[in-house]
Amino acid sequence: MKDAFGAPQSLLVLGGTSEIGLATARRLIARRTRTVWLAGRPSPALTGAADSLRALGAAVHTVPFDALDTDSHEERLGKIFTEGGPAGDVDMVLLAFGVPGDQARDESDPVAAVRVAQTNYTGAVSAGLVCAGALQAQGHGSLVVLSSVAGERARRADFIYGSSKAGLDAFAQGLGDALHGTGVHVMVVRPGSVRSKTTAGLAEGPLATTPEAVASAIELGLRRRSETVWVPGALRVVMAAVRHAPRPLFRRLPV
Amino acid sequence: MPPFNTGISGRDGYTVTFMAVETHVLDDDCVALSGWGRTAPTLARVFRPRGHAEAAEAVRARAARGSIGRGTIARGLGRAYGDAAQNAGGTVLDMTGLDRILAVDTTAGLVVCEAGVSLHRLMAALLPLGWFVPVTPGTRYVTVGGAVASDVHGTNHQAAGSFARHVTALGLLTADGGVRTVLPGTPLFDATTGGLGLTGVILSVTLRLLPVETSLMSVDTERAHDLDDLMDRLGSTGHHRSHAVAWIDLLARGAATGRAVLTRADHAPYDALPRRHRARREPLAFRPGRLPAPPPYVPGGLLNRTTVGLLNELRYRRAARASTGRLQPLTAFLHPLDGIPHRNRVYGREGVVPYRCVVPYGQEEALRRVVLRIAGRGCPSSPATLRRFGAGGPGWLSFPRPGWALALDLPAGLPGLGVFLDTLDEEVAGAGGRVCLAQDSRVRPEALAAMYPRLDEFRALRAELDPRSTFTSDLSRRLAL
Ligand SMILES: Cc1cc2nc3c(=O)[nH]c(=O)nc-3n(C[C@H](O)[C@H](O)[C@H](O)COP(=O)(O)OP(=O)(O)OC[C@H]3O[C@@H](n4cnc5c(N)ncnc54)[C@H](O)[C@@H]3O)c2cc1C
Ligand SMILES: NC(=O)c1ccc[n+]([C@@H]2O[C@H](COP(=O)([O-])OP(=O)(O)OC[C@H]3O[C@@H](n4cnc5c(N)ncnc54)[C@H](OP(=O)(O)O)[C@@H]3O)[C@@H](O)[C@H]2O)c1
Repeated sequence: MKDAFGAPQSLLVLGGTSEIGLATARRLIARRTRTVWLAGRPSPALTGAADSLRALGAAVHTVPFDALDTDSHEERLGKIFTEGGPAGDVDMVLLAFGVPGDQARDESDPVAAVRVAQTNYTGAVSAGLVCAGALQAQGHGSLVVLSSVAGERARRADFIYGSSKAGLDAFAQGLGDALHGTGVHVMVVRPGSVRSKTTAGLAEGPLATTPEAVASAIELGLRRRSETVWVPGALRVVMAAVRHAPRPLFRRLPV
Repeated sequence: MPPFNTGISGRDGYTVTFMAVETHVLDDDCVALSGWGRTAPTLARVFRPRGHAEAAEAVRARAARGSIGRGTIARGLGRAYGDAAQNAGGTVLDMTGLDRILAVDTTAGLVVCEAGVSLHRLMAALLPLGWFVPVTPGTRYVTVGGAVASDVHGTNHQAAGSFARHVTALGLLTADGGVRTVLPGTPLFDATTGGLGLTGVILSVTLRLLPVETSLMSVDTERAHDLDDLMDRLGSTGHHRSHAVAWIDLLARGAATGRAVLTRADHAPYDALPRRHRARREPLAFRPGRLPAPPPYVPGGLLNRTTVGLLNELRYRRAARASTGRLQPLTAFLHPLDGIPHRNRVYGREGVVPYRCVVPYGQEEALRRVVLRIAGRGCPSSPATLRRFGAGGPGWLSFPRPGWALALDLPAGLPGLGVFLDTLDEEVAGAGGRVCLAQDSRVRPEALAAMYPRLDEFRALRAELDPRSTFTSDLSRRLAL
């Protein structure tokens, strides 16, 4: 169960090696989280991630999960919710998987572009619905969905990824409304560009952030039961303006 | 049927999921419930039995479903601050429908009533007969069942103990659907008083009453200029008053840390009323006043250091330096906060987190450290109280034990509050003290074993009496009780 500050005791991360996902898990383990399920494609990285969280004192389970294999979601994820019995509630699900794709290549390789869309959108719709249903049966819990500012307005530079996140974002908002009043809370998190191992060294904008900052924004959002969280918070205002910039102007913006 | 039939996948799998969802929660009786603190709401199906048979039927139906039905828990007036009377995804039995006073013995001073009767109603009915509820918490809008299940204490704990001391019998509906009469001195009684509804549903209570001659309290007031002064005054012997409580200013820093207004009181005897006092005509009248409620949406942050600091300053200055025998309606003394309905709204949307701890006598240093930490951090707590507990009762999970009891309420939105309260817990547990479970919404489960040495006995009794955990609450899940 979550405590008065929204800190969960158990956490399921979909995309178990995600940097943001793991930063969030570490942060929550420092508070109340004792059980973590890391769902992801089996790999040494996944095992390593589990070990790193175990070292912090949590009981960690890994669960094989592939976003693209939607047929298996029901079984794989459903099992997590039923296995533990009533003491094994999942207080929070963090939907953290996603691929950025390679815009330049994907524009000329539709199959690769579709894989981005299927991972980020279709896979998330499937896994999101499965988890939402299970949380609803439980009568409580938070589904935290990692969207992106890129979905707020599609940019020339990454509109394949952006459109998949736009779809995911709209889906998550609708799901949140559908679950309003059911005790299940859906929170959409929209980070700007997140500094990580892969982006280290690249040029970054003034609104760049870190996995740890996303994690602490998630912790705060849980306490406040927020529906939308921007990281950093200033993005809310910036994006409100960007969203309404006329197309001719927007095309020329260096965003 | 389990909520997930893992053998089926694809479309059929979805059908199974949503059927299960429907049978669990999606219907009109489902309500999001939270405690008085308005933190961590969860959804449950609320069922309001109108009699013992209906309650027994509901419990049997839950028991038959085992863990899949996610159990049930009794709820009174929802005055527990935390999640003690919530049950996510399961059923909650709203006991306020069982609201009959069954018998009053005015010679022996005994009342038999159903568990859903509020202390407010009991007082209104009994006071004109010259009897009063022997122990009452800071609000009278609690049910008798809730008072037993939380084994509540009042400002007269040193003299009167906690609620359970005055209970002579309980009617308890257990997981097997049977009703037992539970008497003091039995393990089931000790597990049920303070047992947070986890041993069963209390249906009726027999309570020994306190004779009173008037509905007034005779109150002495004094001021303490700092914490040491306060502890000296509270601890000084030679006072005959049965009630004693200090309102303590936790925002005052430096030399003034822990300054307080200390009040002691007794029920005023008829002879103590001045000749012309209007209460002479109607000494037992029960007329609590009520102010208008705050609006439903209050912005958070209203109670901050500045506003609370100001309130505290006012309260301290307004109090008499020393006065004795002032007459005050007993509701004003015992339930000063009940005058404002929905008072919990003033904390805004994020709600309020209570901190209730007791630190044993002899560990005054630990208490001092706790107070200093709170004062040092500038927590806007209004009101905060310090009182002395006497001998503890037999309840295994009952909060009171001999020591200094500190109570404060803090806005849940204070940054870093969760971590801060964990450090206070360590201090308290390290000194052999404990925090109150009935009011809790945040304690670390691992901290409990040290605070409640009889927890294992409680768990064992529950496992035997209710092997399928028919009685389950958000609190019992959170703390693995
Ligand atoms: C302003 C304020 C001041 C307070 N001051 C004090 C104080 O000074 N001292 C103190 O001890 N407490 C105090 N309390 C706490 C309050 O007295 C307890 O939480 C009490 O249990 C609330 O009773 P309720 O009927 O509202 O029960 P609820 O809050 O609805 O339930 C509390 C617990 O009792 C159980 N329960 C309720 N009815 C039954 C039943 N029929 N059978 C079995 N279990 C049942 C529930 O399952 C739950 O575990 C205060 C609360 C407030 C809001
Ligand atoms: N980084 C940013 O700048 C940024 C900004 C805004 C939003 N976001 C979003 O935030 C989320 C997490 O970001 P991050 O930076 O933590 O990403 P990351 O470290 O790159 O992690 C991505 C995760 O997605 C998993 N994944 C990819 N394809 C999968 C599939 N088919 N099935 C299962 N898992 C799959 C990866 O698992 P494997 O280990 O198996 O590959 C990995 O765990 C993503 O949704 C991302 O789009 C990121």
